[in-house]
Amino acid sequence: MEILVILVPLALMLGGAGLVAFLWSLRSGQYDDLDGAAWRAIADDEPPQEAPVKR
Amino acid sequence: MQVTRDFSHYVRAAGEGIRHIDLAVEGVHCAGCMAKIERGLSAIPDVTLARVNLTDRRVALEWKAGTLDPGRFIDRLEELGYKAYPYETESAEVAEVAESRFLLRCLGVAAFATMNVMMLSIPVWSGNVSDMLPEQRDFFHWLSALIALPAAAYAGQPFFRSAWRALSNRTTNMDVPISIGVCLALGMSVVETFHHAEHAYFDAAIMLLAFLLVGRVLDQNMRRRTRAVAGNLAALKAETAAKFVGPDEISQVPVAAIHPGDIVLLRPGERCAVDGTVIEGRSEIDQSLITGETLYVTAEQGTPVYAGSMNISGTLRVRVSAASEATLLAEITRLLDNALQARSRYMRLADRASRLYAPVVHATALITIFGWVLFGASWHDAIVTGVAVLIITCPCALGLAIPTVQTVASGAMFKAGVLLNSGDAIERLAEADHVIFDKTGTLTLPDLEVTNAADIPADIFELAGRLALSSHHPVAAAVAQAADAKSPIVGAVEEAGQGVRATVDGVELRLGRPSFCGAEALIGSVELDPEASIVAFSKNSERFILSVRQGLRPDAQAVIAALKLRNIGIEILSGDREPAVIAAAHALGIPEWRAGVTPSDKIARIEELKRRGMKVLMVGDGMNDAPSLAAAHVSMSPISAAHLSQATADLVFLGRPLAPVVAAIDASRKALHLMRQNLWLAIGYNVLAVPVAISGVVTPLIAAAAMSGSSILVMLNSLRARGASRETV
Repeated sequence: MEILVILVPLALMLGGAGLVAFLWSLRSGQYDDLDGAAWRAIADDEPPQEAPVKR
Repeated sequence: MQVTRDFSHYVRAAGEGIRHIDLAVEGVHCAGCMAKIERGLSAIPDVTLARVNLTDRRVALEWKAGTLDPGRFIDRLEELGYKAYPYETESAEVAEVAESRFLLRCLGVAAFATMNVMMLSIPVWSGNVSDMLPEQRDFFHWLSALIALPAAAYAGQPFFRSAWRALSNRTTNMDVPISIGVCLALGMSVVETFHHAEHAYFDAAIMLLAFLLVGRVLDQNMRRRTRAVAGNLAALKAETAAKFVGPDEISQVPVAAIHPGDIVLLRPGERCAVDGTVIEGRSEIDQSLITGETLYVTAEQGTPVYAGSMNISGTLRVRVSAASEATLLAEITRLLDNALQARSRYMRLADRASRLYAPVVHATALITIFGWVLFGASWHDAIVTGVAVLIITCPCALGLAIPTVQTVASGAMFKAGVLLNSGDAIERLAEADHVIFDKTGTLTLPDLEVTNAADIPADIFELAGRLALSSHHPVAAAVAQAADAKSPIVGAVEEAGQGVRATVDGVELRLGRPSFCGAEALIGSVELDPEASIVAFSKNSERFILSVRQGLRPDAQAVIAALKLRNIGIEILSGDREPAVIAAAHALGIPEWRAGVTPSDKIARIEELKRRGMKVLMVGDGMNDAPSLAAAHVSMSPISAAHLSQATADLVFLGRPLAPVVAAIDASRKALHLMRQNLWLAIGYNVLAVPVAISGVVTPLIAAAAMSGSSILVMLNSLRARGASRETV
């Protein structure tokens, strides 16, 4: 059962990484326009544009 | 005179040498529009950012400070086929956005903790029936506590705060039992873990928070969306005024930038955006938006004019006495305040449910504890069972029952062309059983049309239309539009208050008052609509009479019939003259009508109907309707309504047809039905789960399964509100 010493922290770290990623995406405004984001995914390619709106 | 557009009020600095403006754009609805707008605007030199937000229907623009005039963006969008208005973020909307981000963060934390605690709980559940060592179980419980306690402290904030607010006001709300349940569950679990017990409820407590936060986030998102719609409407309505910045120089500025004492110019065909007094000029003004009266009033030096009046014939200079926010008749403001107070007493379905819920649940938990003690159980076991009852009855499904339906239903209404202005409008609209329509601008279209175009030779009508292009008068504009005229007649002269005349190939053409065209004799001979404005056209000695009036909305008759079919009472309350109201009532088959009604009469009528136990839906657009819109159980306005009415109305509908009224009623009835169904589902779940909890056999596994099961059931049921609005009249 010594394996738990590695596995449990590993699992928590993975979960924590997910949480940090979520908070980052929220902060960078990725949930501000859910309708638009759905359409942007299928829009034609354009020349690279600015990063999402920073506030 | 030189006229400039001034947008400086809306532009703000966004970092080093960068300027930012937000524009509300009409008619953006797909990926194509987005790409078109973004490409079109990015092509303007110096623009550093052009990004469309499809949810809010806005464009954010940033550019290098310098020579670029923001007016160019609006012109460019116009070229691309979109109407745009500079948009000013209201403080209320900023607060909503911040709140919704906070809730999402809480949800993120709660969901993260739920997943990780669940990962630790499942081994414990399966270990309890196999060979897990007590030390390992304790270790897992302590780890769960380590995750769940800080997460609950953070993610529970919205509930704890609201519960505390309610308690310090000596009331109670749904958040009180939630907070008590979560705190007790966590506290008990810590104590149990300390004593090496078999069961801990960390998973249930944090999962409960996660599910409830889903409901809160949905609720908040809908509120944010309605707020954004309201903000866009305000931008669209944001009247500008031509302000004198020099003796001979005019700047077109937003009303927000006008102060009492300023002098503004009011040209024919313009709507006045401020309250003030005429200091120069003579004209007729149309005050129908304020009083409902469609006859014009003469304005000259000293006449007070109010925001919303339309200037008809001459140019006026107006000294501003009150600008934008304060522009209201004292009477209307007073009535409005009283009426709004009355409405805030309405108790939402969710509040009614929670008022019943909290005492019942807490009583059940207490009875369980004392019951077990009486039966000889130890205090420890009795309290553990009591807390289990609290956990299992925590209003997970109840918290989702209403926001999920509201979200889905408001989306469906949005597609049918109805925007929600207030969150509980759906519930109130569903109860409406009597509809009061205003006539002018509601049953009729806000713009004028020529009713007897068919009686006039086509070539004459076309000529009249071309001549009408040279006038600013709204009646002339209607004639020009009806005749589909494109090219104005060269050399046409407008005589203020009289009409337009021009000479083409030696033939004199005149369009205007009957006296101006020498056509008084014709008026008596033709049977005319009492509501119509009469305009005459003469070509040499030939004379014609054109009758111009507000036409009924194209589907008004069908909508009235559809409402009758649904057993909804209908009547007209109008501030207009009797013959005009009778004509509309007859055309639509509405037996009940009142004409020449003042705003306070309208309220009196609504109160009378209320006393008879009716739930009144008021549909109106004028400023004189605003108090009655607020007094009614629920209210609706067309998008063309006066600013004030629109702000007061619970729902706003778009476009020319009246059909959205029926669509909204249908959608809200279906939504209310589903909300009730959801509440019954939640109650049914409790009826099944509570006896199990009281009997003391609930394990954390059962609690978790029951909680998620009931929540998912409620969410799935809510999805049935989709597409409710497809069928219209």
